[in-house]
Amino acid sequence: MPRSLTHLEALEAESMHIIREVAAEFERPVMLYSIGKDSSVMVRLAQKAFHPGPIPFPLLHIDTTYKFREMIEFRDRFCAEIGVKLVVHTNRKAIEEGASPFRLGTQKCCGLLKTRALLDALEEGGYDAAFGGARRDEEKSRAKERVYSFRDSFGQWNPKNQRPELWNLYNSRIDKGESIRVFPLSNWTELDVWHYIHQENIPIVPMYFAKLRPMVVRGESLIPVEHDIPLLPGEQPQMVMCRMRSLGCTYCTGAMRSEADTLPKIIDEMIQFRRSERENRVIDHDQDGSMEIKKREGYF
Amino acid sequence: METAGLGVGGQGPGEGPALRAGLFVKEDDPREARNLSLAPGPQPLAPELLRFTTAGSVDDGKSTLIGRLLYDSKGVYEDQVASIRKATRNQTTGGLDLSLLTDGLRAEREQGITIDVAYRYFSTARRKFIIADTPGHEQYTRNMATGASTANLAIVLIDARYGVLPQSRRHAYIASLLGIPHVVVAVNKMDLVEFRQEVFENIRRDFEAFADQLEIRDVEFIPISALDGDNVVRPSSRTPWYRGPSLLEHLETVPIASDRNLTNFRFPVQTVIRPNLDFRGLAGQVASGVVRRGDAITVLPSGRRSRVKEIVTWEGSREEAFAPMSVTLCLEDELDVSRGDMLVSENDPVHAGRRFQTRVVWMSEKPLEAHHPYLLKHTTQMVQARIREVRHRVNIHTLEREPAEKLELNEIGLVEVETHRPLFFDPYSKNRATGSLILIDPLSNETVGAGMIVSAVTESLGQGRVTAAERRARFGHPPAILVIEDEELAYATERYLFDRGCQVHVLRGEPGEPLIAELTSAGTVLIVPSLGSPVSPRVRALRASKDSTPGSIWAGLVAANVGKPDISLRGEGI
Repeated sequence: MPRSLTHLEALEAESMHIIREVAAEFERPVMLYSIGKDSSVMVRLAQKAFHPGPIPFPLLHIDTTYKFREMIEFRDRFCAEIGVKLVVHTNRKAIEEGASPFRLGTQKCCGLLKTRALLDALEEGGYDAAFGGARRDEEKSRAKERVYSFRDSFGQWNPKNQRPELWNLYNSRIDKGESIRVFPLSNWTELDVWHYIHQENIPIVPMYFAKLRPMVVRGESLIPVEHDIPLLPGEQPQMVMCRMRSLGCTYCTGAMRSEADTLPKIIDEMIQFRRSERENRVIDHDQDGSMEIKKREGYF
Repeated sequence: METAGLGVGGQGPGEGPALRAGLFVKEDDPREARNLSLAPGPQPLAPELLRFTTAGSVDDGKSTLIGRLLYDSKGVYEDQVASIRKATRNQTTGGLDLSLLTDGLRAEREQGITIDVAYRYFSTARRKFIIADTPGHEQYTRNMATGASTANLAIVLIDARYGVLPQSRRHAYIASLLGIPHVVVAVNKMDLVEFRQEVFENIRRDFEAFADQLEIRDVEFIPISALDGDNVVRPSSRTPWYRGPSLLEHLETVPIASDRNLTNFRFPVQTVIRPNLDFRGLAGQVASGVVRRGDAITVLPSGRRSRVKEIVTWEGSREEAFAPMSVTLCLEDELDVSRGDMLVSENDPVHAGRRFQTRVVWMSEKPLEAHHPYLLKHTTQMVQARIREVRHRVNIHTLEREPAEKLELNEIGLVEVETHRPLFFDPYSKNRATGSLILIDPLSNETVGAGMIVSAVTESLGQGRVTAAERRARFGHPPAILVIEDEELAYATERYLFDRGCQVHVLRGEPGEPLIAELTSAGTVLIVPSLGSPVSPRVRALRASKDSTPGSIWAGLVAANVGKPDISLRGEGI
């Protein structure tokens, strides 16, 4: 048998190496868990990295309270099944003061319920390293992101202040208060993620699969009917055969019309339709270069 | 020839060879298709991964070439094409500016340059590709070294109108320095020289004359037009004199399997997995070579030997593992192994030493200086290090060696390094994984240098009387006195420390002060039953308690988790 790895095996080996390095070199790592498909892959890689031992760090979910019900149910069942410690954090204060995407607009809402909440959670937990499931192929500003992304003591990212990364030698040195974000899936593409989920039989939220769902059809967008979305005059929710390409908050996650109700169909559909996945998220389109701006502020 | 309707609304270039469609064929029941590589019937291919780096200067069309590869192989999403179509209209260029697909950050788009290494992805049925796209201006050396460090192949772009320029030579030199096994010289803008063969042949000759001086195993020359697509994805009819493959065809087929070192087994331990008392696994990524169940291995630095009892993975036990797999190894014997240790095959010694020569690419505004302390990361070890000497600098324009006392940003040189603890290494030319290192500034925590080890340096002959520092350097620890009353424990401790490479000796009875002074000044760790008068304040004395074991005494002596060297004494009680 030739001794070579398929590209998925090579990516897996690289990601496991990264996850083990972080666990060995940092005092309090944590893994950001968004419930989405990339998180599911990342958790599986962590399980593999420490098998037969348990994952030696907790998962952290930033709950905006605007997530889909199905996501929260999935999260609780999944974490209980694999026996990992789950920390859930919500920016309660902002919620009590009425923060919502309908009232504040998506930019401000995201700033409070995601970015602020994340920074607070990292500080409260005293975490010095946080894994995230971001991939470089997701968006142009991410193409230059490091595997170890350095954040100053305010949790902020400065594109000019990133360390060169050579070979698989990651620089884990930080001062007190500083932290790093680690992206073990940096070199994976969306298609790799789907192939891997299929190959490894990784559980994912059913919303990724096509089904008839009640939707508000607004122009080209399909907005899920949940969390009392305010309707525009003349709008009526209708049943649409659709699925989610990526999962976020109900208001910001647009669905796409699709018949793909199995993994092979999703993969096949992906090969046919080449639209990048963040396109369906409202937040990335707020302003030109918006992901870069969010990252500077501390968003993942 | 294919000129791919630039600017025509969202249309792809038509059918190309081996493009992505068909990577996965429909399968109805996901459960049945769980294990894709074993599933009968329709199944995805399992392509290999090829990492390549692109080097070029401003305006030689590098971004356009990458844009072309992504676009023609459908590695670009439609909405991204739509967004560059929008952006193109804001500029003066006509048609679709493919370079906008790769120029990522806002600041860069505004300045019209790329300022950092960007990674791009595309795949065909045969391979998945990771491009490390490096810019061609002043930060060039640092960025290209970064992109090149993991690459199997480098594309050096040459503008057909200008031929081999000094920067083309620089690109090739860095590719060779970073040990990239395959180089493709893409002679671009052939459309601007009427696709004349003699232009291409002259460039080939010039480049070959120069490449002979470098250690590049495999060089391929391809005439292309990134703008029009000639010989990028499909062969061009405008170069009938060229019989070689298109660029993509070459990328898909260049044999890379033998580039990996599968000869010398090296396994740097990342972490120890210990879920319960019955399981103790050494987790790591095989840096090079192959390991099989039952193989005899040596653990460094202790030099202890054992055999591989089991190769553990999530999928189950394996018969063998090879580079670059991430696995967990269990040994037959209960050895004291921890992060930073290295497992090697028994009959294949690795260099173990604290002094070596290494080529360095300097990446910091603050120059590299001799005698400055740095942190050094090599495999899974982080150690203190200092530069003993800068041997020379390589002039990046002439590639000649010049005397130097320091290295400035983006300079390359040869230096001699001394580390606090021994590293287990191979020359970079033989083993990229165990021959590479990074240097870190201990104050700013910045990564300031990248090193490629050339050779070990044997300790040179000293002069005059042997000093305490020299003894310490040889033994790897300073002298110390251990007060251990119990005779059995004293000898057990001596054995324990001796096996870990310490210079150690037990004195029983009532040793007198002069004898103790003599032996400690010889650099020994001395074990005595009692201690009457105070000894020299420069020698630390530690007292064993009644609960002490050789292991706890060792733990008390050793800072960090390394065996023989660098016993820094800490704590009063042990």
